[in-house]
Amino acid sequence: MSSIAVPAVPSPARVARRENLHALLRSKTFVAGSLIIGWWVLCAIIGEAIAPQDPLGQTSSVLSAPSAHHLFGTDQLGRDVFSRVLAGSRSILEIAPAATVLAIAAGTSLGLITGYFRGAVDDIISRLIEAVLSVPLIVLAVVIAVTVGHSTFTLVIVVGILFTPIVARTVRAAVLAEREFDYVPSARLRGERAPYVMFAEILPNVTGPIIVEATVRLGYAIFTIAGLTFLGFGVQDPSPDWSLQIADNYTLLAAGTYWWTVLPSALAIISLVVAINLMADGLSQVLER
Amino acid sequence: MSATPAPALQLDELDVVYRVRGEEREVLRGVTLTVGAGEAYGLVGESGCGKSTAALAIVRYLPRNGRVRAGAIRVADSDVLSLSREGLRRLRADKLSMVYQNPADALNPSIKVGGQVAEVFRVRGVARGEALERARDALARVQIADPGSVLGRYPHQLSGGMQQRVVIAMALAKDPALLILDEPTTGLDATVEAEVLDLIAALQADFNTAVLFISHNLGVISKMCERVGVLYAGRLLEEGPVESVLHDPRHPYTVGLIRCIPRGGARKDHGRLDSIPGFLPSIGEQLPGCVFADRCALAQPICSSEEPSLHKATSAHASRCHFHERASELPRTASLELGHAIGVERSADPLVRVEDLTKMFRQSGHDVHALEGVSAAIWAGETLGLVGESGSGKTTLARTLLGLVEPTRGTIELDGRSLPVLSRRDHEDVRQLQIVFQNPDSALNRRHSVRRILLRALRKLGGLAGEQAEERLIALVSQVRLAERYLTARPAQLSGGLKQRVAIARAFAGSPRLVVCDEPTSALDVSVQAAILNLLVELQVKENVAYLFISHDLGVVRYISDRIAVLYLGRLMELGPADVVFDGPHHPYTEALLSAVPTIDGGGRERIKLAGEIPSAADPPSGCVFHTRCHRKLGEICEHEEPPLLEVEGGHLMRCHIPIEELRRLQSRAVSAPTEGAAV
Repeated sequence: MSSIAVPAVPSPARVARRENLHALLRSKTFVAGSLIIGWWVLCAIIGEAIAPQDPLGQTSSVLSAPSAHHLFGTDQLGRDVFSRVLAGSRSILEIAPAATVLAIAAGTSLGLITGYFRGAVDDIISRLIEAVLSVPLIVLAVVIAVTVGHSTFTLVIVVGILFTPIVARTVRAAVLAEREFDYVPSARLRGERAPYVMFAEILPNVTGPIIVEATVRLGYAIFTIAGLTFLGFGVQDPSPDWSLQIADNYTLLAAGTYWWTVLPSALAIISLVVAINLMADGLSQVLER
Repeated sequence: MSATPAPALQLDELDVVYRVRGEEREVLRGVTLTVGAGEAYGLVGESGCGKSTAALAIVRYLPRNGRVRAGAIRVADSDVLSLSREGLRRLRADKLSMVYQNPADALNPSIKVGGQVAEVFRVRGVARGEALERARDALARVQIADPGSVLGRYPHQLSGGMQQRVVIAMALAKDPALLILDEPTTGLDATVEAEVLDLIAALQADFNTAVLFISHNLGVISKMCERVGVLYAGRLLEEGPVESVLHDPRHPYTVGLIRCIPRGGARKDHGRLDSIPGFLPSIGEQLPGCVFADRCALAQPICSSEEPSLHKATSAHASRCHFHERASELPRTASLELGHAIGVERSADPLVRVEDLTKMFRQSGHDVHALEGVSAAIWAGETLGLVGESGSGKTTLARTLLGLVEPTRGTIELDGRSLPVLSRRDHEDVRQLQIVFQNPDSALNRRHSVRRILLRALRKLGGLAGEQAEERLIALVSQVRLAERYLTARPAQLSGGLKQRVAIARAFAGSPRLVVCDEPTSALDVSVQAAILNLLVELQVKENVAYLFISHDLGVVRYISDRIAVLYLGRLMELGPADVVFDGPHHPYTEALLSAVPTIDGGGRERIKLAGEIPSAADPPSGCVFHTRCHRKLGEICEHEEPPLLEVEGGHLMRCHIPIEELRRLQSRAVSAPTEGAAV
């Protein structure tokens, strides 16, 4: 009958993945973003090793302008700015991704629950989410950081929790759309329980928006952590962290000189955030077709 | 055909290719056809044959990866392919109109109807005030009763049939030389479809517009067109006057296609349906010979090596087949032997019984009665067909039965035990009631492989795991005629028919006793539909399973059903043995439904025009809910008193004030010869 002449079935699940990968590699924004991110990740791992001088080492040549010896000059404590920039991506690249992973995990679970059950569960959780979202992020973060004290660990938790509602909202919207497909009642009609339907049936179909949301959140996490650090609630001295470098030296800008103490770190943060957004852009074009 | 000089449309050796993964693939292969001025030409074919591509090429609106590689397109006297940008705009503004399948997509949701219709005139330089005036006239011409108020409404405030009228009004407003209709009634109910088709036919006669009517439905084409072309794999295989092509087909493909359609009162116990073996060649496949050779039972070696030329059967009827004279000798795929009469033991207790089933939804402050006091029973091994227009409560009934929806009132019994909603049903009960959904794309998780989908069903419904499950899996896929190599595929890699086989296999994983089939073949092509219907019947005979079969295709319902239930506004209007319900005397509503379906065999019944549209379930009419549209309304009694559902003869229940003998007398006047739908 209908199984006579058969078009060759290509090796199954991998095909879609391979096609996505090809599409990503053709996307200029994705490739450019990945290259920049790759560079900073490399620096986070081996930055101290390739830095020409010790990023933490203080010298007597304080606030010297960029020269052959100090490519980006030195700061108030006589530390080599170029070496500090190379080594400065580590803490942000530890904290921001960890916070993002936390937010995605918690937000995805919440989004699946609210989107799947709807009704009273959804109403209560969604109102709570809206309440959290109505308060400016940075204010909330400062309040929490002050109350529980600041360590890397609390920073991850605080930013992760703050981003959870935003992720939950995105996932909920995707789940609501997915719930309309007949495979959901199909699953219920073979006696599946809610957790199975949510995590084994629906979740695989909403990974696209979740991945894109994760990338976007990562960019914002970097901003938020940089902001907290700048305000003194984040990464602490003597780390070569970029935003800490800015916080320590920005007062020097008032005089109009010593720009080299701040600008390289600022540009580094900008390049990282822009790169992440480029990547998110490329991903969303491919995954949300 | 009139003898007007310039034809409205001429396609000459048209080749269209799509660029897919860097390679150009042929979608249309040397299509040549002519639509004379004022002529209605039908283009039929199954999905993927290139129908819509042809339409898009004519209006020069191919997707970016498509291009016309060779050939010529002439509309009226313009050479479409050589037009400048401005020339093309003028052509589209003045001479060419197109109506798409889904009117909701064709209308802009945020602009009032008036603005959109007036736009057609504004584009041609008519001033604002006058354009609105003309828009009103245009709506009046498509028989919209109150054009003034429709002008001021947004598209979503109109029903589907009304929206399609608006689109047709816009298309005809400029008095085009050529009107392209791409499946214009496919999304509409049979009764609404019949009205829209009548309207198109009347307007076409009035305006003398040439029409290119694209459809998969041979019945619709036969009703609407003078000539028809059969498209397959991008090639026009047969062309000629509708009568001659449908009743004396000269190409084996056309012969096979027509045989696939359950019609003329075909029933499952009369034998299996014919189907066309094999698959449509994939897009752009190199086919040096006849494009149909692979699937043709008459094929000779010459067929796959040499492209047949166009042979004339008569001066107007041509076929692209080396053996066109023998086309009708195409062997049947299904043996003509009678299927076994499927014995249903109705003296025993029914398998499932619903009693006074009522479902009310609360919708923006109104109680919507989706179901109102439905009582029916299904016995083991039988098929109960469920018909009615959209909004009649068919799907709600199915979902309530399955426990997905909690009834407001009434009971569902399985083997005499009352069933709660799904979440409180025990495993055994869940296993016994299953469903095959209309659209397998939606019903199968696109991230799971076929193996995973079926293994999970075997585990949950059949209680099987490990070795046992693997063994049963192999048996299950062979039962639904699915090759084992598809197990590793994901649904997206399968054709529609194969996907539906997976969905059927899943429903049968735990040996169910009742399977709800919710329009299981309406998303499929006719040749695939026949194979799926055969499979369902085969499974029924083997497993003694009962079906609740929902469909709007009355030919299909008649083929597979033992008994038929007719729903209208959530109420059971008629219930009885299939033959009795179809042959009559039947409820006036059933009578109207049957008369609305266009058939290949044509004629037969006089079309009964139902007045207006199905009333809102939030505010059903008093008395008999059908009285507002009934062509046999008696008078006051129908408006004030709801007729009871009475047994009018053995096993035949009807809800009508008119006595059965009176109905028999009235309906025998209308010409008989009951024939049904013909959807490709």
